[in-house]
Amino acid sequence: MSARSAQLISLTWRESRGARRRLLLYMSAISLGVAALVAIDSFADNVTRSIREQSRSLLGGDIAFSSRRPFTKEQKAILDTVQKRSSAQFARVTTFPSMGLVQRSGKTRLVQVRAVSPNFPFYGVITTTPAGRWSSLQSGPVALVDPSLLVALDARLGDTLSLGMMKFVIGATLKDVPGTPGVAEIIGPRVFIPEKYLPETQLLVFGSTAEYGVLAKLPSSADPRKVVNPIRSSLDKQQLRAVTVTQSQENATEAIQQLSQFIGIVGLVALLLGGVGVASGVRAFVSRKIDTVAILRCLGASSGQVLAMYVVQAAAMGILGAIAGAAIGIAVQFGLASVFGDFLPVDVEVTLEPAAIMTGIVIGGWIALIFSLRPLLALRNVSPLQTLRRDADSEVLRMRWNDVPRVLVNVALIGSVVLIAVLRATDLKQGLGFSAATLGVIAVLTLAAIFLSFVARKALRSGWPYVIRQGVANLYRPANQTRSVILSLGFGAFLITTLYLVQSNLLKRFEFNAAASQANLVFFDIQDDQLEGVDSIVSAKGRIVQSAPIVTMRISRINDRPVERIVADSRARRRSDSLARAQGGAAAESVRKRNADEADARKRGAPPRQSGRAGWALNREYRSTYRDTVTSGEKITSGKWFSSAALDGSSDTTEMSLEEDVAEELRVKLGDVITWNVQGVEIPARVTSLRQVTWTRFEPNFFAVFASAAFRSAPKQHVILASVADGMTVATLQRDIVSRYPNVSSIDLTLVKETVARIVAKVSTAMRFMALFSLAMGIPVLFAAVAATRRDRIREGVLLKTLGATRGQIIRILLAEYTLLGLLGSLTGMVLAIGGGWAVTHYVFEASYAPALVPALGIAALMLGLTVAIGLLAGRDVFKETPMSALRDI
Amino acid sequence: MLIANEVTREYRSGDQEIAVLRNVSFTIPQGAFVAIVGPSGSGKTTLLGLLAGLDTPTSGKVILDGHDLTAMSENERAKLRGEKVGFVFQSFQLIPTLTARENIQVPLELQGTPGAAARADELLERIGLARRGHHFPMQLSGGEQQRVAIARAFSNAPRILFADEPTGNLDAGTGARVFELLESLNREAGSTIVLVTHDAALAERAGRTIRLSDGAIVGDTEAAA
Repeated sequence: MSARSAQLISLTWRESRGARRRLLLYMSAISLGVAALVAIDSFADNVTRSIREQSRSLLGGDIAFSSRRPFTKEQKAILDTVQKRSSAQFARVTTFPSMGLVQRSGKTRLVQVRAVSPNFPFYGVITTTPAGRWSSLQSGPVALVDPSLLVALDARLGDTLSLGMMKFVIGATLKDVPGTPGVAEIIGPRVFIPEKYLPETQLLVFGSTAEYGVLAKLPSSADPRKVVNPIRSSLDKQQLRAVTVTQSQENATEAIQQLSQFIGIVGLVALLLGGVGVASGVRAFVSRKIDTVAILRCLGASSGQVLAMYVVQAAAMGILGAIAGAAIGIAVQFGLASVFGDFLPVDVEVTLEPAAIMTGIVIGGWIALIFSLRPLLALRNVSPLQTLRRDADSEVLRMRWNDVPRVLVNVALIGSVVLIAVLRATDLKQGLGFSAATLGVIAVLTLAAIFLSFVARKALRSGWPYVIRQGVANLYRPANQTRSVILSLGFGAFLITTLYLVQSNLLKRFEFNAAASQANLVFFDIQDDQLEGVDSIVSAKGRIVQSAPIVTMRISRINDRPVERIVADSRARRRSDSLARAQGGAAAESVRKRNADEADARKRGAPPRQSGRAGWALNREYRSTYRDTVTSGEKITSGKWFSSAALDGSSDTTEMSLEEDVAEELRVKLGDVITWNVQGVEIPARVTSLRQVTWTRFEPNFFAVFASAAFRSAPKQHVILASVADGMTVATLQRDIVSRYPNVSSIDLTLVKETVARIVAKVSTAMRFMALFSLAMGIPVLFAAVAATRRDRIREGVLLKTLGATRGQIIRILLAEYTLLGLLGSLTGMVLAIGGGWAVTHYVFEASYAPALVPALGIAALMLGLTVAIGLLAGRDVFKETPMSALRDI
Repeated sequence: MLIANEVTREYRSGDQEIAVLRNVSFTIPQGAFVAIVGPSGSGKTTLLGLLAGLDTPTSGKVILDGHDLTAMSENERAKLRGEKVGFVFQSFQLIPTLTARENIQVPLELQGTPGAAARADELLERIGLARRGHHFPMQLSGGEQQRVAIARAFSNAPRILFADEPTGNLDAGTGARVFELLESLNREAGSTIVLVTHDAALAERAGRTIRLSDGAIVGDTEAAA
């Protein structure tokens, strides 16, 4: 480094005295944005690493095969082939819900039973209290249970636990079971039993809800994907699900990636808001430095030297602000683990993630620098003549609109926003969409500010009281702060309101409408011959609200096209489209054009192409019902309910009503015929209506509902919803039913509601924290915006005082100005947020959206209050300054 | 040393052009002490700004030590100022965030001249403020601040020094002492001084007085020997 540069750096450092604290305060506007990015990126990295390290333990094997029904001959043949070809070892696990009853206390509870073979699991260690009891599970009729079950059933170790017809001794409680989040325990405590006693429980009867699983352990050199991929079509054909350890890892990280994406967006927007605050603050800083720069220019400093000095100061403070943000982010990262830990399938080891920290600091520092450059550039134009004759700040700092460095900095600023958004988004389209939306918001707010200045100038009337005229005139006079305040305020209002709207729409998904259903207890897995008996026991102690038969079935054909063919065609087309896109050029263009043509055709009413997607909807097992009426939780959206011929069984083809979303997934319309495989019997049904179902009601809801006549004699089970007076009666009724009918399970809906409420409370807390964090961000940003014209305000204010204005008059002038600024800024931000909330809810979370106008107006009012308060607070300097000292300055 | 040739400066006010200086011409040799006097609004400060290269004339030329200021860019003029020009202002114009010593060092540091700190200490001693070098401007009296400003002006051994009402913000006694210091340092440095002042007593101490009125020279007299 040359001596000259070293001296300049030394001069830069010394000259920054007195301004460092203020500059750091302005730069702190980006700290919270950096904190959000560092926190979520670090936490997501922690989780992803933990999942990767524990992925085998999560699954328990290298491949997990599963089926919703006992393995058929064909499925067993596939498994045998896998075992032979890959020298795999197999372990079995059967999972199903059941009622557990402790004889001593007489209490009963729904539990998740896992009947496991002796070699389960292959990976991961299940620990117990007392320690070491897992190895003795297979020694006899022993049950190992979640600790919460002992509390719920008032039981202790050594007690007898009845599961169906079999009694087990509670041998120990489970301490750590890899692969299940803690929150699952709230819904159904786990009970592990030896597989060999499963038949004796007599719990797995026709139609029982169960998952039959086989874990495969492969030789260490084998690749699970190479075992599964060649037999994928056979697996699909036989409805045998297979998940490799890689897929399991991807599934487990998907949720955290979504969360990371959402919080990352919040952090990015907060960072940009911080950038706006930095620009305002640095503008104020630049105004204060005009005199010093003029002196330096007199003494021989070039414009480059002067700019370099202040860019270095701003960059240094920006880095410090970003480092402070990173430190806050690290602290928040540890907090995230405790908030979300229950929802994660692994134990997350929270460690510092240098890459995430450095990325946050670099992005934050860059944003601070690029937003500072805009106002700093004006210092190049400060003439040394200002030492002799001082012009107004706005005149001194004026730049031509086509000033080349200014244009370049603007381009770099926009480019930075776009680049950062694209790098953080899941794909290019989303990144470009986000940056376009952000720049659009800034553009709209800027236009709103220009509009306000214009209207203020035109609307001003000489007949108005002086204080109002002065306040309104402040909105358009030279060097006004209208643009910076509306931009800062509007952006802040936009961020906070968008967060709130997204939160309220997401949480609506969890709102269960229990009052509408009036039921607080549900019994399921009731066999046909048990219905009357269960009905009579329940009616003796409560009231039956609803009873529904359930028939399990699968789709065999749609309009005479076999399901296997539809799925195969769909896969083939997806593969060829993917290949064409990768090749690019004419092939890719052809795919794009074909898809666009099909979309246009659908808009014109043409039938949808069958083989589009929806593998899950084609291959799944449906639990359907039959009845003659629509329930209160449903609404027919197209077509008509069943005809009398269908109801009395006189028509050839039975009729069905399909839920509208699954109809769209299946690409099925009114009049189509779906052939169902019901326990080996094929039954065609014509779609005569589509329904909208309120899934959040506490009652049985079905994708497919059939006219009664066709299924009355089909193999089925039943579900009963009951209304029971109090908790004591609920417990008694559950015990009576499970004693008489051990295979019948029940759920206390009050317990479910409480559990859901606890989960919702946790999520709400996290969302509210983010909203408060955004509000906290808005305050320094607004302060910075107001600070930019502080000197002019003080000068003006003391002049007015000198001329006889009272304190009250000056306050009313400020009030008029800030009320108008606050009103326009917060309302514009609110309107933009309604659109922004829809975009995030629709594109990121793929959920439905309804704008909550009243809370949005409340937030706008809060932001208005904040603006007025900050404006008046900044104006208090006018009262502190004496006229003499201020005039001496002039 | 300094040549002003038909220098005119006009400003636009609304849609009118206002001439603040009209066809001003004179030559100042090296080592001269010239006072520019005139009533308020006569164009004295504007002329000073043009002669020092702080501003550019609407027409005409200013040649400082052989350099045509009107043909130079702002950065070139800044470099020239750093090398050859010193300034003393009415309101001192010290940088508030630098100490007295650091203020004196600035012109040398901007040019990359080694030994800036030693030179500053030497000048502080010279102006009688050796013990106040670490104080900030707001901790100094008006007279002390102006003395520091004078030391700064001489730190780069200027060929020419421009002073704009150097005693304007000081009481008579302090002003006289400050001006004596200015003259003393100038005798040592051998610089040319161009002084703008209202003060008739100060103007009398100059070897030559150029009188301005309404933007034009109305008098140019040498002092009696």
